[in-house]
Amino acid sequence: MALIELRGVSKIYRVGEEEIRALDNVDLDIQEGEFISIIGPSGSGKSTLMHILGCLDSPTHGTIQLDGTMIQNATAVQLAGIRNRKIGFVFQFFNLLPKLNVLQNVELPMVYAGVATRERRDHAMKALKLVELENRSRHRPLQLSGGQQQRVAIARALVNNPKIIFADEPTGNLDSHTGEAILELFHRLSQEGRTIALVTHDPEIAAVTPRRIEIRDGKIARQVDAKLAGLDRIRPAAPAVPPAQ
Amino acid sequence: MNIFSAILVGLKEVWSHKFRSFLTMLGIVLGVSSLVALAAILNGMENGMKEALIAMGGLDKVLLREQPVPDYQEHLADQAPGRTLRDVYALMRNAPLIRVISPEMGIQDAWVNRRGKWVEASELVGAWPAVLDMNLHEIEYGRFFTPLDEERAHAVCVIGTGIRDELFGSPDEVGHEIIPIGEKITIRGQLFTVVGMFKQYESERDHKQRQLAKTQPKQTQTGPPRRRGHGHQNWAFRRKNYTMYIPLSTMWLRFRAASGYNDTPDPKLTDIDLKVVSLEKMETAMQQARNVLMVTHNGIEDFTFGTQENSVENINQAMRNARLSGGIIAIISLIVGGIGIMNIMLASITERIREIGIRKAIGATNAAIFVQILVESVVIAVLGGFCGLGASYGLVHLLEVLTPAQNSPVISVHAMALAFAFSACVGVVAGLYPALKASRLDPIQALRYD
Repeated sequence: MALIELRGVSKIYRVGEEEIRALDNVDLDIQEGEFISIIGPSGSGKSTLMHILGCLDSPTHGTIQLDGTMIQNATAVQLAGIRNRKIGFVFQFFNLLPKLNVLQNVELPMVYAGVATRERRDHAMKALKLVELENRSRHRPLQLSGGQQQRVAIARALVNNPKIIFADEPTGNLDSHTGEAILELFHRLSQEGRTIALVTHDPEIAAVTPRRIEIRDGKIARQVDAKLAGLDRIRPAAPAVPPAQ
Repeated sequence: MNIFSAILVGLKEVWSHKFRSFLTMLGIVLGVSSLVALAAILNGMENGMKEALIAMGGLDKVLLREQPVPDYQEHLADQAPGRTLRDVYALMRNAPLIRVISPEMGIQDAWVNRRGKWVEASELVGAWPAVLDMNLHEIEYGRFFTPLDEERAHAVCVIGTGIRDELFGSPDEVGHEIIPIGEKITIRGQLFTVVGMFKQYESERDHKQRQLAKTQPKQTQTGPPRRRGHGHQNWAFRRKNYTMYIPLSTMWLRFRAASGYNDTPDPKLTDIDLKVVSLEKMETAMQQARNVLMVTHNGIEDFTFGTQENSVENINQAMRNARLSGGIIAIISLIVGGIGIMNIMLASITERIREIGIRKAIGATNAAIFVQILVESVVIAVLGGFCGLGASYGLVHLLEVLTPAQNSPVISVHAMALAFAFSACVGVVAGLYPALKASRLDPIQALRYD
C-alpha cells in the first residue's frame, strides 16, 4: 500500500454563482521513500494539491489515505496532529519565527507534540547536525543567510521524523547557487530514505526528482517516472542540471 | 504545549514590546490601585466613625428622646409631662432589662472661667455617677461625686482634659502633667471646686502621634508662646475632652431653680440615657421601658428611643453606598483597562497572523493557539495587577499624609486580593475574543498573509 493514496479528489470553490474547480478528480499515489516533484504554472492547482496532501485543507470530494488512515473527514484537531507528526513543511519564505533562536525554531514542532524539554533539545541538535548548522543554534534567524535559514526550516521539518516532507518552492527565494545546495540537501535526505515532495513552477528544479507530476487546470496532465522509464539506470544520481530541451 | 511554557512565551511577548505592554498595563495598574486605595480610604473613614461612636458611649447606649405628641393626642399636648426624675425612678424600679440609667440636666452657654481665661464646655451637665458608665468616662485624677455631693448639692465639678488645657495650661505645652484638683473655677458666675479630672480621650492615631512627639527633642520656640496642636482632632474626642459634670441636684438648684413656670424650679431633664443588659435583648428592653414610661406619662407618648444601633446601621449604610459607588468607578476603570488589553491583543494577532499560520502548519491545534493568546492577555493583566498592588501601597501612604488624622486610610488584604483577582478576570475576558479570533484563522490564508 502506498504512503499516500488520493482517489477522485476534488476541491471546488464557489465564488458567487461560479464554481471554480481548483482540483478536479485527481488520483495520485506516493510511495514511501519516493522523491517527487509537483510542477505546474501558477493557478494550476498545485498549491491546492499540496495543501490537501499536507492536511492544511480538506477536499470537497474524494478520499485520501495517509499512512494507513483515511483522513478526508478528519477534524481540525486530528489534522493538526497529523501535520505535527507525519508531515514536515518547508516554505519559500522559510517561515521561521524571528523572535525565537534557531534551536527554539527547530524545537517548535516538538513543543506541540508534547516532547520533554531535554529530549527536545537532543532531537533538535541532531536535526541541526543533519543540515550542518549545529554551531548556529543560538543565532536568530535574521542573523543567518537565506540558504542557512532554509536549512533551519528543513531541520524543523525533519525534527519530528515525519512520513513525508513537502517543500513549497524551497529555492524560490534563493540565488541559484544556494538553491542548488538546498536541492542537493533534499537529494541527500531522499537517499537516506525520506519521502519528499517538491512543489515548484520551475521545470529545471523538477528535473532533479526521479518522478515528476505535472498539474494543469486542476488535473494531472502528465507523469514522468524516471524509475519506470529506466532512466535512473542511465543517470543514477539525478543531476542538478536539467536535461537539454 | 504546557501552561508553563505558554506563560513563558507570553512574558517574552510582553518583554519584546516593552513600551506598548507598559501602556496597556497602565490601565490595569490604575484600576487596581484606585480600587485598593478607595477601599483603604473607606476603611479609614469607617474606623474613624466607629471610634467616634464608641467615644460617644458605645453601642448599647439608648437615648430617651422627647418628641412632639402624636396627632391623635394633640389635644393632650399641654399635659405632656416631659422627661423627669420620676421617669428615672420608675424605670429603675420597674424595668429590670435596663442596666444603667443616667439622667442629665444641662444648660446652654456653659462658659467657664478662671483668672481671666475663658472656655466654653462642650457640655455642662448635672449628672449622677451612672454617667461614667453611660458615656464610658474614666476618672484619672481625683474622684467623682459622692452621694453627699448629690444630697447637699455641693458646688463641685469634674472636668475633661480639654478644659484643663484651656484654663490651667496643657501638658504638651509645658512638658509636665497638670492636675487641677482642689482648684476653684467659675461657672456662670458661681464658684466651683474641681474634684476630679477625666483621662485624655484620643483616637489610636492621635495617641501614637503624641507618644512620638514626646520622644522627639522639643523644638525651641521663638516668639510668644503658642499652642502646638496635632491638627484636626476627631470631633467626638474633642467634645468628650471638653465635658464638664456637676452633681444633678447642684445643677437643679443653682441653674434651674427659676427656669420653670412662674420662676419655679424646672423639673425637666435634658436627657435620659439608658443602657440595656445585652444587645440581644434590645427590643424587649425597649418595650419594657416604653410600658413603664406610658404609665408615668399618663399614656401620652411624648418620648421616643434613639439607639446607637441606628447610627451603626447608618454608618454601615453610608459605607455600603460609598463602597458601591467607588467600587463601580474603580471596576469601570479596570474594564477600560481590559478593553485596552483586548485592543492591543487584537493588534498583536493581526501583526502575527503569519506566525500563527506557521505554528498551525507545524502542528499547533486551535486550542494551543487559543491558550497562547489567552495566556498572553492574562500575563499582561496579572503583571498590571501586581504593579497596581505596588502602586496602591504607595498611593495609600501618600493619601495617609494628605488626609485628616481621624480618617487615615487602612490598606486591607481583602481589597488587594479582590482587586488582583478582578484584574486577572479582566485579563481572561479581554483575551477571549482575540484568542478565539486567532485560533480560528485559516492556516493557508495565514501563511499567505504579509
